[in-house]
Amino acid sequence: MNNPAPAASAPPPAPARRTIDIVNASLKRRYAREARFRFMGASAVFLGLLFVAVLFGDIVSKGYTAFAQTYIQVPVYFDPATLDPDGNRDPQTLANADYLGLVKASLRTLFPRVTGRPQQRELYALISAGAPQQIQTMVRQYPSVLGTTRDVWLIAGADVDMLVKGQIDRELPEADRRIKDSTLTLVDQLKTEGRIEQRFNTGFFTNGTSREPELAGIAGALAGTFYTLALTLLLSFPIGVGAALYLQEFAPKNRWTDLIEVNINNLAAVPSIVFGLLGLAVFINVFGVPRSTPLVGALVLALMTLPTIIIASRAALQSVPPSIREAALGVGASPLQTQFHHVLPLALPGIMTGAIIGMARALGESAPLLMIGMIAFIVDIPQGVTDSATVLPVQIYLWADSPERGFVERTSAAILVLLGFMVVMNLAAVLLRRRFERRW
Amino acid sequence: MNALASEIVRDTGAVSAADLARGGHFSGTIGDITTPDPRMVCREVNVWYGDKHAIKDVSLDIGNHQVVAMIGPSGCGKSTFLRCLNRMNDTIDGCRVRGSITLDGQEIYDKGLDPVPLRAQVGMVFQKPNPFPKSIYENVAYGARIHGLTNSKAELDALVETSLRKAGLWNEVKDRLDQPGTGLSGGQQQRLCIARTIAVSPEVILMDEPCSALDPIATAIIEELIDELREQYSIAIVTHSMQQAARVSQRTAYFHLGDLVEVGETTQVFTNPRHKLTEDYITGRFG
Repeated sequence: MNNPAPAASAPPPAPARRTIDIVNASLKRRYAREARFRFMGASAVFLGLLFVAVLFGDIVSKGYTAFAQTYIQVPVYFDPATLDPDGNRDPQTLANADYLGLVKASLRTLFPRVTGRPQQRELYALISAGAPQQIQTMVRQYPSVLGTTRDVWLIAGADVDMLVKGQIDRELPEADRRIKDSTLTLVDQLKTEGRIEQRFNTGFFTNGTSREPELAGIAGALAGTFYTLALTLLLSFPIGVGAALYLQEFAPKNRWTDLIEVNINNLAAVPSIVFGLLGLAVFINVFGVPRSTPLVGALVLALMTLPTIIIASRAALQSVPPSIREAALGVGASPLQTQFHHVLPLALPGIMTGAIIGMARALGESAPLLMIGMIAFIVDIPQGVTDSATVLPVQIYLWADSPERGFVERTSAAILVLLGFMVVMNLAAVLLRRRFERRW
Repeated sequence: MNALASEIVRDTGAVSAADLARGGHFSGTIGDITTPDPRMVCREVNVWYGDKHAIKDVSLDIGNHQVVAMIGPSGCGKSTFLRCLNRMNDTIDGCRVRGSITLDGQEIYDKGLDPVPLRAQVGMVFQKPNPFPKSIYENVAYGARIHGLTNSKAELDALVETSLRKAGLWNEVKDRLDQPGTGLSGGQQQRLCIARTIAVSPEVILMDEPCSALDPIATAIIEELIDELREQYSIAIVTHSMQQAARVSQRTAYFHLGDLVEVGETTQVFTNPRHKLTEDYITGRFG
């Protein structure tokens, strides 16, 4: 570092400068430029990581509480007079019995001092609207509970859940808070009696969506996503790889194939909602594919994924050295055998990477699905590709629109699940590439 | 044949006409292009890559149980000519071939002729060893598998062993047949490729600079192998090494800028070249 400065500042004594002096003189500037570039690169990476950390921190801090659910222990008297007046344990009678009344009666027994209609309505709001269903299931599974009193952990109402999780500020004046002072007293009493508990929220993974945040789960959206993506893969992978193979290895190189190639590249950049419009116009209106179903969703997403898979597959095929093709042709393999026995296996890691990246994009896609009716509010978990369904991103979109405090944490939790799937898929892409990468 | 010849003369214009004027046999080649017991007979072969006229009126016989060496400076068309003999040029876009090439009397550029069985009859060994990224066994067995040459696993095992033995590789790999062929050394890989080629029992073996990527010891082994293989197969070899051509071949063909300038017995070509270009090349004045 010290050498160049004197050499540069003392030109007169050395009229013919040696090359090394000129090099040394410029060295400092060159290194400074390099340092600047490195600094910019490093700070860009740091900034990016910072944003990711903030995003994740925000989502996790909002969403982690959704994985727990508040339960309230209530002694329930399974009154045979209400549930089974005839005494013959007829399943039909048991199914239609007044479980809501039973839950209400149990609550009144637990808090005998609460009287008056408005107060009692507040009392009932402690427990979720899903509680009668819970009791009914219990009776169906264990008819022997009839006539006994059991302590039952019932799902708490959304507001109580929020309060227990600390999402509602007790210090606010009563008028600004969703929970009245009287309810606070009730909850505090339950707490001191040890009748309030938080458990892992299995319902979040086994329930369909619901109007009640405490009952809403992602099972329906997960099933919808599974059917849609499985069908998307089934449609787009063989067609995409086949198209790439034909275009890359078999099609004549002329103006038409050039045009097709340009258009495939363009298609990869088409906004996804356009594919949704296409699906609406063609698949639903012309071919009469049932709307809101994973079937039509998969058709649209397959169209959207195809360019990605074709482009990645062509690149992978192109990177297979021609010597392998010559070797296979040289021993008398037909062109198709050459491709399927030798070229395709070698290109497969690249093809799979492209396919998985395409699928990951399809997994996160909501816009085109809105156009084909997959935004419907569907409580039932779809059982097949022709059942109405929704998918995770759309579910997230729907929940994010809901004003209830309980849906805020569920939105974040659903985002976490979606991100989890994305990470798993991308990891799979990396591992597959590592596993099947071969040298030649 | 005459009609075709005149047509080609018109096609190629002055250059070919001048070459013809130089005298000699077909299209200006000096020396005897024929051989008493030909396996493949090539007459007035022309190849174009797009507009580039890569091979001009080349006529040459590939004799039975004989090694024909093709030498010449880079870009002279010797590899192109070799690749015509099993229609490997079909895979190159914009490549056109005119003229007549027969294998045992059968025109190989007939419209109805399928290049797939042709390539089983005319095998090829490439410049860079290109084993499949599969096991050594699979490499040798592949050709037999796709053509259905064997009926049982035992037959296939035997075929793999004989092929590897003929290629002089058996003793080196017999204990690791299930290991990838790409894990062998360069010379072993090239012998594996030769084993793969002879496993489908071709009649003619084409070798495109088979030793150019190998060290001298591996080269010597391959050259010995070529000499042994000659007893069963007809061999055409392209080489940049004149010493190699002199060592392994019986006949030598000298290519220059797409023309076949001189053909003859190897000893004659190397000791007493008749054409000025051949002499210049052999004495190392260019190339």
